[in-house]
Amino acid sequence: MLSLILILIASLFFTGIIFRVKSIASGRKGPGLFQPVKDVWRLFKKGSVYSETTSFVFQIAPVIYFSSVIMAILVVPFGSTKGIISFDGDFIFFAYVLALGKFFSIISAMDTGSSFEGMGASREALYSMFAEPAFFILMGSFALLTGYTSFLEIFSTLHLGSYITYALGIMATFVLVMIAMIENSRMPIDDPKTHLELTMVHEVMILDNSGFDLGLILSSGYLKFAMYGTLIADLYIGGLSMAYAIPVFLLTQVAFAVSVGLIESFMARFRMSHNPQFIFALSSVSLLIFLGVLLVLGKFV
Amino acid sequence: MNYTTILNNQTIPVADIPEVEYKEFMDLNTGFTLGSPERHCVNYFGYPVGNHIKLICCIADDSTHNIHVSSCLVNSSDTLDSFTFRHFCFEKFEREIHENFGIGYKDHPWLKPVRYANNRFDHSKTIANYPFYSIDSDELHEVAVGPIHAGVIEPGHFRFICNGEQILHLEIQLGYQHRGIEQQFLVRKKLLQRSTLAESIAGDTVVGHTTAYSHLWESLCGIEPSRDIEFARTLALEWERMANHTGDLSAVCTDIAYQLGSSVFGRLRTPLVNFMQEWCGNRLSKGLIRPGVNQFPLSPELAERIGQLFKAFEPDFVEMNQQLFQLPSALSRFERTGVVSYDDVLSIGTVGMAARMSGLNRDIRSSHPYSLYPEIAHDPIVKHHGDVYSRVQIRRQEVMQSMRYIRSLIEDVPQISEQEPMIGSPKPNSFVLSLVEGWRGEICHCAVTDKDGEFVLYKVKDPSFHNWLALALAVRNNEISDFPICNKSFNLSYSGHDL
Repeated sequence: MLSLILILIASLFFTGIIFRVKSIASGRKGPGLFQPVKDVWRLFKKGSVYSETTSFVFQIAPVIYFSSVIMAILVVPFGSTKGIISFDGDFIFFAYVLALGKFFSIISAMDTGSSFEGMGASREALYSMFAEPAFFILMGSFALLTGYTSFLEIFSTLHLGSYITYALGIMATFVLVMIAMIENSRMPIDDPKTHLELTMVHEVMILDNSGFDLGLILSSGYLKFAMYGTLIADLYIGGLSMAYAIPVFLLTQVAFAVSVGLIESFMARFRMSHNPQFIFALSSVSLLIFLGVLLVLGKFV
Repeated sequence: MNYTTILNNQTIPVADIPEVEYKEFMDLNTGFTLGSPERHCVNYFGYPVGNHIKLICCIADDSTHNIHVSSCLVNSSDTLDSFTFRHFCFEKFEREIHENFGIGYKDHPWLKPVRYANNRFDHSKTIANYPFYSIDSDELHEVAVGPIHAGVIEPGHFRFICNGEQILHLEIQLGYQHRGIEQQFLVRKKLLQRSTLAESIAGDTVVGHTTAYSHLWESLCGIEPSRDIEFARTLALEWERMANHTGDLSAVCTDIAYQLGSSVFGRLRTPLVNFMQEWCGNRLSKGLIRPGVNQFPLSPELAERIGQLFKAFEPDFVEMNQQLFQLPSALSRFERTGVVSYDDVLSIGTVGMAARMSGLNRDIRSSHPYSLYPEIAHDPIVKHHGDVYSRVQIRRQEVMQSMRYIRSLIEDVPQISEQEPMIGSPKPNSFVLSLVEGWRGEICHCAVTDKDGEFVLYKVKDPSFHNWLALALAVRNNEISDFPICNKSFNLSYSGHDL
């Protein structure tokens, strides 16, 4: 329960911080921290427009996408505090319930029949596919290290004690940050601010969505960011008491948002053909974590 | 002699242009350009004379600073051998002649429409029944962009044939906003009306086109503009180049999602266009340049303002460029993206920046100097790779170069001449050609007058006329997601092409 509340709170300001950092970095004052939330609220009060060429898939997809994110959030614990649900192998559930939402957003993009949206959908599918091994090797390694297979048990028994485990923690943070960037289609993989359909990944898939549906999709994005931020914080707060854990959590979220904003301000987007290489390289970092775990466990012969 | 030789901004009687047989006409003009990169066709057009069509071809020679003009009389029912078959740089001119007068060509590779003009010969051809180039394949897909631009700027249709992310072919179809500018020059008789027309050929090249028109009119009327007039024009041309190049650098950064560059260059462009507001009351320099009169003389106070402005502009511009050209992620987007080879730019006859990016030195400022350029001794900036990086580098260096030129210009601000505005009357039965290097490249205005000195033809060629094809070639085998940056690195004009 605690994790759900904290994720909701973090999601309120997360995107606002990114926008604000980008504004300040480019010498502007920028919108208020809660502007993204106000935008979504405005969208929620509007009706949706549907193209005549779309079918029911296009209409149900935003809801499924949104609920898939909510369901994934339910299994995310807060340190050693349980999420709403927890069971053995729930990190697999987490990954595939998100994939289900993504699947619907992809087929709804294809449903519009637009050549742009088809391109965006194929890019999104490719990148998610490449990001998947990184996540599973990472979580599998932690499962091996701790001997458990649920988020809660993994995070509550994960202790960062030796130099090697510190290295593992840093690498795991990097992998999770990058997966969050890929899943949320942020820089350097995708440029969320672009006005150019031909270079978009995620933005082009939702070109036809409007009003309430668009509000759902945008708020899923905010929630997803906060959710990955929580997973990153979980790496560190497993053994801490509540009085420390909550400030560390908030600090992690803010640091995450600020770093996203800084990356987006001071670097250019990757060339599209470099994206798969980059994403696949994440799997290698995950493999390093796996080797590190083997080293810690003394399983190297 | 089967041709006559003139200089930039020189008026000659139409009768002095030798009229030759079509075969000889073709041999002559293709002979000029084939195998001679220093010669290129600046304009080739037709206009009705009685029941015939008179074709006039103007070939500029960059090394001798001359322009060779020849002409030929044909019928609109003729089917001719095409120049294009021998040298590809004539393809667009011949398409235009075919479209406007119905002259057929036996061996032209593709008589694709240039514009869907109301004055076209065959009114049954419309954009609705235009057969786009297509490919029959299960593996390939087509992406159609436009004609309504997503940012609602100007209309143009881009059709990509792609293999996944890779572009195999791009077809560009323009001409959706043909306004009949050339026709309007014949209809509107007042000098002010015509100046305003010249200003609206392309909204971002106001100085370039108005200067070309003013030179043409002054030459036609035998007026010698005073030094302060030419001073203002030269300064404004370089100023327009600086402002547009800086704006383009910002736009290129936006397209690669480099926010810092996008906002800094955007901020740097603003004082440049605002200075124009200070000088002539319009940010786009409208109203600044008029034939025979210096509407807004550059006062010593304004010259001082320029000095102050540059003091603030230069360090920021230099620093931002250092940042941009050291940023690995930006360089990886620029380098080897959108390459057009030297052979390609030569064969399609690109002009201006789109030629200099690939090692083809085409710059009217040095090859056919006008205004105060003979004093400046301009040295064109030429790059050799023909990619986005070259085009961005040219912009960066040309801004610095223009700044140098303006600095040396304002050291010696000429006295404002007290003479009355000179309004002469145009010479009858004359032909005149005016070339100006706008910020995009060569602008060519041609006019022919009748026995009363009224225009019977006014021909405008914007640099975008040829350069759009260079964009289509540049994106081949590139990723479709790199199209926007290729497009922006050329930054071509829709309205300048559509007229």
